[in-house]
Amino acid sequence: MNVVAKTETGRALGDAFAVARDRLPGKGKIADQRRQAFEAYERSGLPHRRIEDWKYTDLRALMREVLPLAPAPDAAALGRAAAAAKLRAIDGVRRLVLVDGAFAPHLSDLGSLEKGLGIRSLREVLDAGDGALSAQAFATDVSNPMIALNGAMATDGVVIEIADGTVLAQPLHIVHVASGTAPASIFTRSLLRLGRDTNVTLVESYLAGEGAKAYQAHDALIVAIGDNARFDHVRLVEDSIDAFNISSATISLGAHAHLNTFGLTSGGHVSRYQLTVACAGEGSKVETNGVNLINGTQHADTTLFMDHAVPHCASREIFRAVVDDRAHSVFQGRIIVRPDAQKTDAKMMTRALLLSDDAEADNKPELEIFADDVTCGHGATTGALDESLLFYMRARGLPEKEAQALLIQAFVGEAIESIASDALREVAIATAQRWLEARA
Amino acid sequence: MSLLEVKDLQVRVEEREILHGLSLTVNPGEVHAIMGPNGSGKSTLSHVIAGKPGYEVTGGQILFRGEDLLEMEPNERAAKGVFLAFQYPVEIPGVTTWNFLHAALNAQRKARGEDEISSPAFLKKVREVAKSLNIPQDMLKRGVNVGFSGGEKKRNEILQMALFEPAVCILDEMDSGLDIDALRIAADGVNALRSPERAMVVITHYQRLLNYIVPDFVHVMSKGRVVKSGGKELALELEESGYAQFEDAA
Repeated sequence: MNVVAKTETGRALGDAFAVARDRLPGKGKIADQRRQAFEAYERSGLPHRRIEDWKYTDLRALMREVLPLAPAPDAAALGRAAAAAKLRAIDGVRRLVLVDGAFAPHLSDLGSLEKGLGIRSLREVLDAGDGALSAQAFATDVSNPMIALNGAMATDGVVIEIADGTVLAQPLHIVHVASGTAPASIFTRSLLRLGRDTNVTLVESYLAGEGAKAYQAHDALIVAIGDNARFDHVRLVEDSIDAFNISSATISLGAHAHLNTFGLTSGGHVSRYQLTVACAGEGSKVETNGVNLINGTQHADTTLFMDHAVPHCASREIFRAVVDDRAHSVFQGRIIVRPDAQKTDAKMMTRALLLSDDAEADNKPELEIFADDVTCGHGATTGALDESLLFYMRARGLPEKEAQALLIQAFVGEAIESIASDALREVAIATAQRWLEARA
Repeated sequence: MSLLEVKDLQVRVEEREILHGLSLTVNPGEVHAIMGPNGSGKSTLSHVIAGKPGYEVTGGQILFRGEDLLEMEPNERAAKGVFLAFQYPVEIPGVTTWNFLHAALNAQRKARGEDEISSPAFLKKVREVAKSLNIPQDMLKRGVNVGFSGGEKKRNEILQMALFEPAVCILDEMDSGLDIDALRIAADGVNALRSPERAMVVITHYQRLLNYIVPDFVHVMSKGRVVKSGGKELALELEESGYAQFEDAA
């Protein structure tokens, strides 16, 4: 056991926090919360395999240390970020760009905001001393060390407020770009508040600017969905192949609200996405879908916590992993149905497709049910591509990789199909297509 | 030059030899029927010609227009003009028939150095073929063979045959699972594709199919060899006397 190294790493980060403190917005109560969050993180350090939740994603082994904060982006870094964002631009969206942990207003579309839409940077909100918003942005579950660390270190993000009754025709697109050329940590934190009867679509992309190296992206998203509101969320992780992406989303739903969230991870060396969804109002509906497309030595972990606290809510999870070479996919899905949550209808299905003998997929569905009148189920399968299908397709003239690509598309299709917007579904399909073409 | 030449073919599956020196020569325009009891190696022959993994060729060769077929990947064989109509066409959920056929046709064309066919041109072509085979349009939008009846699956095989225009068609037990009406439709589809340039190898257990697809040659297989060859009258003879007479000859 390498106690000395661990202590040194811990001290280094403690110093980094002390040094960074001047760069971290938020005074008074927020500064206190940051310090408490950091102390919570320090008590556990980087999570490791002996902690049940992190059994398959041992950050102490995979990441070893948290790097110092990335410097604020200079003009060159912003230029590289603009190029990266342009390459993955999506038509018809309102783009909001975060570069190396700083909101980049000049790369963002802030003109002619629709009525009922408010956008500010997190730094702006904290500097303005908006107590309620700040408190909501920093209401953090400090029992999770990486979410706690994010709460301590977040330098910026976006705060989006949607007034009651607002239907946003134009999706919002938060683009996270790592653009610094030296390895560093990026900590961002964003908040979305959807009022009653709103309808909002958010896309998130994680990208690297040219020359970005072995960075660590730490992001947290907090979403509060009001009564009778609908939130569609598409998340695309296309970080560079040596990068870390340790992110979380914490989403709460009011009554009769609807959440449809989809995530696709094809980039990054090591990624972990911790998604917590809480049904806090009756009659709400949650669709959580995800796809991992990974190869080489990539490691991608999606850890979902679906919390049914009130009656008459429904949740569906469809997760598909395609794992090639020596890559490792992890899906942990925990559904809790609390005693009051009668008539809950919760179903989860995860399937993994292993394309090589050395590929690994861990599926861990967990149901904890404390109510007696519910419909809950889960299933998990792991397997290889069906040889008889491959032969049939090859006998019709398709080369092996092309035949595999069609079968892989079909395999992930069910999860991608769940995206409500035609245009965004096409974006997700194109992202999957890029991965398939790269392996052909 | 013969179109397809199987010479003294010996094939093993795991440790068991299935074909013990099988020979067959097929010329353009000919229709050959291969008959024989269960386990005589008929399907093994069709699989080895198409390149299905899992078979070990321990001797002999298969030449296609003089080229060594056994050296080619299954997709290369398809692009050269070898087509196997499967006894049990597989279902491919999530891959529409339409997409699959378009991708396969373009892959074959690409392998032959031809231009890819555009979506509108492909649509036109596949619609014409589907219509001639009485295949409803909506079948093309469904997953490949997903939810198709036995007859529909076989018609889908013939649709592909018509679309890819192969030089040699191997029909593996095309009649299995078909009632008499479905069989007639399928056979009509096959007959429409007979041409002086194209050869067919019809593998069947029963003589019945050969009433619809009338062969030029009939070969009887038993225990991994061709034990008798003759004209179409041989099939009728078999119907009378059964396969038992050949069991000893093998």
